[in-house]
Order: sequence, then C-alpha cells, then structure tokens
Amino acid sequence: MTNRARPDTAQQIEIYRRMALIKANDERSRKVIMTGKLVMPYYSPRGQEVIPSALSVNLTDEDYICTIYRGSHDQLAKGLPLKDLWAEVAGRTTGTCKGKGGPMHVTYPEKGIMVTTGIVGSSMPIANGLAWGSQLKEDGRVTVAYFGDAASNIGAFHESLNLAAVWKLPIIFVCQNNEWGEHTAYSKTSNVQVAERGAAYGMPGVRVDGNDPLEMFAVANEAIDRARAGEGPTLIEAMTYRFFGHVFGDADAYMDKERKAAAMAADPVPRFRAHLIAEGIASEDQLAAMEARIEADIDEAVEYALASPFPEVEELSRDVFAQETH
Amino acid sequence: MNAPATDAKPKKANILQAVNQALADAMEADESVLVLGEDVADPEEGGVCGVTKGLSSRFGEKRVRSTPISEQAIIGAAIGASLVGFKPVAEIMLMNFTTVAMDMIVNHAAKLRFMSGGQTHVPIVIRTMTGTGFASGGQHCDYLEAWFAHTAGIKVVAPSSPMDAYGLMRSAIDDPDPVLFIENLPTYWTPAQAPESGHRVPIGKANVLSEGSDITIIAYARMIQEALPAVAKLAEAGISAELIDLRTIAPWDRETVLASVGKTGRAMIVHEAVTPFGAGAEISSVINEEMFGRLKAPVKRLGGAFCPVPFSKPLETAFAPQSADIEAAARALVAH
Repeated sequence: MTNRARPDTAQQIEIYRRMALIKANDERSRKVIMTGKLVMPYYSPRGQEVIPSALSVNLTDEDYICTIYRGSHDQLAKGLPLKDLWAEVAGRTTGTCKGKGGPMHVTYPEKGIMVTTGIVGSSMPIANGLAWGSQLKEDGRVTVAYFGDAASNIGAFHESLNLAAVWKLPIIFVCQNNEWGEHTAYSKTSNVQVAERGAAYGMPGVRVDGNDPLEMFAVANEAIDRARAGEGPTLIEAMTYRFFGHVFGDADAYMDKERKAAAMAADPVPRFRAHLIAEGIASEDQLAAMEARIEADIDEAVEYALASPFPEVEELSRDVFAQETH
Repeated sequence: MNAPATDAKPKKANILQAVNQALADAMEADESVLVLGEDVADPEEGGVCGVTKGLSSRFGEKRVRSTPISEQAIIGAAIGASLVGFKPVAEIMLMNFTTVAMDMIVNHAAKLRFMSGGQTHVPIVIRTMTGTGFASGGQHCDYLEAWFAHTAGIKVVAPSSPMDAYGLMRSAIDDPDPVLFIENLPTYWTPAQAPESGHRVPIGKANVLSEGSDITIIAYARMIQEALPAVAKLAEAGISAELIDLRTIAPWDRETVLASVGKTGRAMIVHEAVTPFGAGAEISSVINEEMFGRLKAPVKRLGGAFCPVPFSKPLETAFAPQSADIEAAARALVAH
C-alpha cells in the first residue's frame, strides 16, 4: 500500500467520539439489563469499538451497511441515534422498528443501516444486492457487510464473495475477527486466516490490526476508494478481541483468562484517548467534556426508551404484508 | 408470439411462453424490474427450459443477469436490490433447490418488513419450477409449497394455465411483498388460450373452472389437468362437481371455497405435494371450523404418497393423484 491515508485531526477526534460512544453505551446496556428494566439478548461489542468507528468516518449517510446480532457498535458508528436504538431494544413503539425487531434486527435506512441479521453469515448475500443496486444506478454508494470470523466458515460467505468478485460490486466485506465464534476459538475451526480467503475469489484480502484506529482507517479508506472507483470488492480481516462471553450472562469460562486480561489491558479506547492527548490532537478537558456529553445523551435515551409505550397488540397483524392481515 | 392475429381463432400459447411474455412486458413497462438466476441470460440460452430466452438480448445483461450456481447469493442479491428500489425476479431453477436458500427466503425476504417495523420491504418474485412426470426422482420435482405457506410474510402462487401464469406473474411483480411463483415443469409446453398483454390475475383470488352442486374439488397447478377429465366423467355419472382452481396457495381464497362448499356440502382438496401437513390439511381444517354441522361428508384430502418422489415410471405415476383417483374419491364422498 502506497500513500496510506491518515485521518486528519478532526477525523481522529471523530473516530474517538464514536469509540467512546460505543464503549459507554455498552457499559450502560449491561448495567440497565442488570436492573431488570431491560429484557433482551445482548451481544456486547466491547473491545471491537475501533473497526466500525475508523471505517464509518470514511462513509456518508447514503452508504449502506448490513450487520449482525453483535452490531450495536456498527450501528452507532454509522450514526444511529441513541434514543431510537434504546427504544427499540426496550421493545417500545418509538424504537427504530416500532419494537418489532429488537436488538438483532435494528434497521435505520435514514443512515444506511439496511439490515441487521441474527443469522451468522447472512449479512453478506443481502449486502451484495444493495451494492448491485448501486452499480445499476451508478449512484457512487458503497456497501459494507460486517460479519464475524466464524461466519467465514458458512456457505453464504463463499457464495457472496464469489458473486461480488465476478460482478465487481462496490462492496467491502469486513470480518471482525474477535477470535471467537460463540464458544469456539477461530483457531479450532479454520486452518487459514480469513484474509487469505480473498485470493480464492480473486479479491484483495487485507489483514489489519482492527484495534489500531490509524491502521484501520487507512485500510478501510483504500477499500472504500476502490469500491467507489468501480474496481470491485475488498475483504478486510480486522483483528480484535471480544472482551466478554458470546451473549450477556455467558460466564465465558472457555476463554483463556490470561489472553483476555491482556486484551483488556490493551483496551483500544483509553489507548486512543491517550494518543490524542499525547499528540496534542485533543486536550483532556475536551475529551472529558465529550464523554460527559455522551453520558448525558445516554441518560436521556434510556429515560426516553423506558418511558415510551409498548406497541399495541394490533401490531401483530401490521407489517407482515403491505396490507394488514387478519 | 407477437404476430398480428389475422383470423378470428383465439391465439394459443403455453405457460412457458406466457411467463416469458409477462417478464418481457413487465421489464418493458418498468425499468426497475430485473431478472437473475442460473443460465437466465441468452448466452446461457435463457435457462434450461428457455423461459427467459430473449430477455437479455432485448433488455441487456445488466438487467438480465446469469449467476453462479449459488442460491443463497441469488436470493440475497434479489433482496438487497429490492431494498433500494428494484423489483428483481429471481429464478431458483428447481423447487428442491430453494432448500439451499431457505435462510434468505424465510428468515430475510419474508421477515424484513415486519422486523424493520415497515421501514423496508422486499418486493421480489422467486420463480421456480417443479412437478413429477419427467422421471427426475427424489430431488428435482417436489412440491414444497406448504413450507412457504407456513411462513408469514411471503405469498405463494401456482398457475395452471398460460392466462393465469401471465396474469399472476404481472401481479406478483406489482406486489410490494415477496411472492413465490411455482411453475409446473411437465405442463410448460401445453397450449391453451393465450393471455392478453397487460392481463392481471389478482393474488389471493381463486377461479371457479366448472360450477356444480354435489361436491367441491379444490386443486391447483397440474392437478387441474387431472381434475378436469374427472369432472367430465363425474358429470356423465350424474355427479355435479364444482372445480376450483386455487391459483394462490397463500393467502388462499377462503371466500370462494367456503361459498362453494356451502352450496355443495362436500369438499375435496387435491395436490401433488404429499398429503400429511400439506396445504390440503389447512384448507380442510378451515372448512371444518367454519362449516361443521353443514357438511354432508368429511373433507377429503388427496395428495402425493408420503415418500420421496420415486424414479421408476410406474411408481412415479402412482405417486401423484391421477384423474381416476380424483373421480373415485369424489364418488365415495357423494356416496357417504
């Protein structure tokens, strides 16, 4: 890679803002679930904040993403408003999907969040269709398909990468390799790195430190430029680590304690914060004020969500088809 | 097909031509209509049976795109394109191959409107062919409509004539929700009255093919071709049978069926799919719920044998209901 793109100071601050938002939102989510006021399956993205944050600052609201059940970080990084998210995961009528989708199906087309799926691997075939639509319309949009390392072993991954490559679609396949597929280590389920699989489809496959915002930004920027220029798809394997068990409540006994402790000690969020201050990009006061604003926004979103009404039972017969069912 | 009619004889067409014409007319009328699937473009001969022949030459390979043999990728691409304003018609060559794309069809196409709270919807048509009669054995000719009819969010249609094939295809493409469009392979080439350009058959509306007063026979797809001679034979024996071509399996036309059974007091459902847990079970159940006490005989289901479709010709023939079976079952119901 030559002329690697580097985020300017404003972009670096914006990347950090999104990372801090994801971290704070995750911490609050786990806290509120513990109070019993919020009942939902929760897949923590803690530890994976950098990937969508450094990528999304290269995107516009018109660009599309498809993500998966562990996707709140991808959605927030793409601009999903907190109130809409919280109302949705609380099952309220004011949520993005009127409370009918829940955390695994958050959808917000206004910011290009087109599909969130609860099925491993299924973000990719649909993302291809969004990209195909852009190719036909020549609208210059790109589509990002997020998925985990375990999804690289499912058929949909192979069908999708192959089709995207032969059709030269404007799409970026972003594998967030957090080392775990549910309870099983990636090393136990695959003999190759995900990025190497790009070669099988004639597609560039790039492995990057997904916890390094500057590296992640550069790789994402290049892949996005390539897609926008009509040069086809890129597979990015962004290396990261899942701080917690697969789903909230999972005691994660299967995760190596030392490896996990090391990953948490290298927490990318405070690390990038320290970088911004050390490089003189932002001051301590500036970042503290930003974080306080995030906390206040989350306070407001939680309050709004929990005070919002639940959907009427009549919703069962709405949105099944265009015409109400009986 | 487009030759001007010079005499008064009604124009003939077959189902294959009718589907082709419907796709061409829809693509002509609306630029957002796309066709994708295995072999669908002209360099690949417009599909193994040639249903999409001529479309890519006329509308270009951007809009009529041959794909790898990747059913999940095909349906996924159709869903994604539909989310951003296109109306893709995806071909899954054979109905058994829908199994490979079940996640895309059932978990995504059918559910995205509901799960997104109505923010997105999936106006796609999935064309697929199937049907016994060509000795293709256990994995190439199943009728699997019940699986899809059991899923909220997808409509299922199965035309039995060129007119209905054309009219239902145009309606399916117009429809804002996903429609599974089942084509019977062995009857693709049977000529019948040709459709008029622009003809529409509403989804959810059955067609009463013959009026009768003694028994209602409800069927669809190729079973109509088996039922028609049975109805004629029954008439010779003095039994007046009303034959309903369901045309749409989900949502099926309760009104027409219940009105008919209200008149005849007897009902039989005929389909090629295996009998247990089939569409016939659902229809029978609703008839019983709505008309208990007014029925002159128990509702009868006549379907395929409960086994994989066999290869050997005598077995394959015996697998699906035949005209004589329909006639005999109807006589038994009337004699009940």
